[in-house]
Amino acid sequence: MIVAEQKPLEEIKAMIAPYQRILVVGCGTCVTVCFAGGEKEVAILASSLRMASRIDGNPKQIDEAVVQRQCEWEFLDTIKDQVGSYDAILGLGCGVGTQAIAEHFPGVIALPGLNTSFMGLTVEAGVWAERCAACGSCILDKTGGICPIARCSKSLLNGPCGGSSGGKCEISKEVDCAWDMIVKRMKERGQLEKLLEINPPKDWSTARDGGPRRISREDLMLAREGELP
Amino acid sequence: MTADFEPTIVSFCCHYCAYGAADLAGSLRLQYPPNVKVIKLPCTGKLDLIYILKAFEEGADGVLIAGCLEGDCHFQVGNLEAKRRVVYARTLLDKIGIGGKRLEMINLSSAMGNRFAEAATQITEQVRALGPNPLKQKQRV
Amino acid sequence: MSDGSNGWKSGSTLERVLKGGSFVITAELGPPKNADAEVIRKKARFLKGYVEGANITDNQTAIVRMSSVAAGCIALSEGVEPIIQMTCRDRNRLAMQADLLGAYALGIRNVLCLSGDHQKFGNHPTAKNVYDVDSLQLVQIVKGLRDDKKFACGEEIKGVEPRFFVGAAENPFADPFEWRPLRLAKKARAGADFIQTQLVYNVEKFKTFMTMVRDLGLDRQLYILPGVGPLKSPGMTRYMKNEVPGLDVPDAILERMQKTPKEKWREEGIKICVEIIQQMREIPGVAGVHIMAIEWEEAVPEIVKQAGLYPRPQPPAQAPAG
Repeated sequence: MIVAEQKPLEEIKAMIAPYQRILVVGCGTCVTVCFAGGEKEVAILASSLRMASRIDGNPKQIDEAVVQRQCEWEFLDTIKDQVGSYDAILGLGCGVGTQAIAEHFPGVIALPGLNTSFMGLTVEAGVWAERCAACGSCILDKTGGICPIARCSKSLLNGPCGGSSGGKCEISKEVDCAWDMIVKRMKERGQLEKLLEINPPKDWSTARDGGPRRISREDLMLAREGELP
Repeated sequence: MTADFEPTIVSFCCHYCAYGAADLAGSLRLQYPPNVKVIKLPCTGKLDLIYILKAFEEGADGVLIAGCLEGDCHFQVGNLEAKRRVVYARTLLDKIGIGGKRLEMINLSSAMGNRFAEAATQITEQVRALGPNPLKQKQRV
Repeated sequence: MSDGSNGWKSGSTLERVLKGGSFVITAELGPPKNADAEVIRKKARFLKGYVEGANITDNQTAIVRMSSVAAGCIALSEGVEPIIQMTCRDRNRLAMQADLLGAYALGIRNVLCLSGDHQKFGNHPTAKNVYDVDSLQLVQIVKGLRDDKKFACGEEIKGVEPRFFVGAAENPFADPFEWRPLRLAKKARAGADFIQTQLVYNVEKFKTFMTMVRDLGLDRQLYILPGVGPLKSPGMTRYMKNEVPGLDVPDAILERMQKTPKEKWREEGIKICVEIIQQMREIPGVAGVHIMAIEWEEAVPEIVKQAGLYPRPQPPAQAPAG
């Protein structure tokens, strides 16, 4: 899922400073699971901002709403009658969600309440870690199910580098060395010789390096006008 | 601050220990300030950050969380998880401008009526010294 | 397999002396954190005549310094052949190949391909990191430019191709230990001509590594130059032992430095280095040593002399057959 974190309260306060009536909009999907922007977090942030703005001597009207998924127009429609009554929307969805709000409600000011960080999973309650870098050409079959693009700090394809120590990456003891894990896993599977093959330079054109990506599926599109015979 | 200020303290008490202690304090006719309003939770582990914030937003001057002794939580570790949230809440309350010192947590057993009375008195005086909830202060201005 | 250098891959002094069978010496020359060419010239003058090649580091530890290619040219003008280093952290494959074309045109003949320390360690931790290719892929690219006359994209080079003697680094003491010789095999397969290793103080452990290397036949595919370095003080020794991952400094060496009186620290540090060099000469498969005297280039002549390795051999003119 997409993992995000709320921006610091000070930063959010500065962002909403010019506005008087604000709607905090949460999302019921990824950011609920990582406790950044779900219904509860919306309530907590809205209460915090109401109190802070009153204490700062400039009380703001801060209301709350949640949609199931901000990245689907139909779900955003559930708040379409509300957004017009506010000076700004403080989006507590991921970067996609906040942009969707801006795109779906032109004229509405959509502010990002979160810093969207990565695609990852829940390691344990309260801990999330990055797993996928969306490179567009998955090679998990070659690396024992461990992604070197996302999990190696240098995205090496023929690792590990000389900085691998005690199974940890040189940048931090909290980061596992992806290649140490890959070597161990391939060894367990009796497939270590596969790692002796040299992986050639990656085609990054399918990753973000190639430009903003888009996928179109003809088989899933709705019929258009003019398609009828 | 003002001599006539009577703080309102909301106390979230767990059913198994804290509420029992509060009850016992009552039965023993122990004197403790009437400023403390008790709200029962099945366990302090049920404590959600929003309860604390709502209490202050609605005008409470202080909040006291009371749970079982560490190691004796009826639900194993609910009180430890509450402790984490209280630590987080204090920082948040400082950032908001309410002040983390208005929030306290104690641990006690249901037999410790005295301790409950003592803590209730302590927090009332602590909050009295801090003055009314800043939200109310600002409104006077 | 045609080439423009009398049967040599690159014709560099390093290549020729290695091929000739002599024990080689390389050293490090660190570029300055400024634009002063004189700094390089001074350091080069210490090394001239004592080494077959001098590594010019490339933004080492992700701290910005004068570029390796530029500093390499300055060293070359002082009569010291550079081994330019190229990390994968700061350049993509376009910039790398462009730099290689330029470096060769300026007379540089040796390149060492490295992953590069993560920029988190350096003075620009907020920079984007590149890592378009990794060190192994870079070795392949450099070899491809030379032997296939092709760019990384497969396009042919029309005209003069850059012909580098290509090296890679290996850390015999990094984890996972058993994987290191296999990774070295990969580097040989990628086309590396020579290997320089991280500093070796634990000679016994290094011998174990070399045994694994010889078992894989890698000593016949690569010239291996273990890193050696003089210690300056017990404090430095302790730091390297405890704070630098991948460095194995035995207790005996730390104790030795600690027992030495302050005025003799550097002397003892050099002595230990010389002893290690002499032990290295006894290990089959070791083709030379790489002296890393960081910010102490003046120590190199002393070390080379004490090790009995001065004067340096003349590089053979003709490539031996085969």
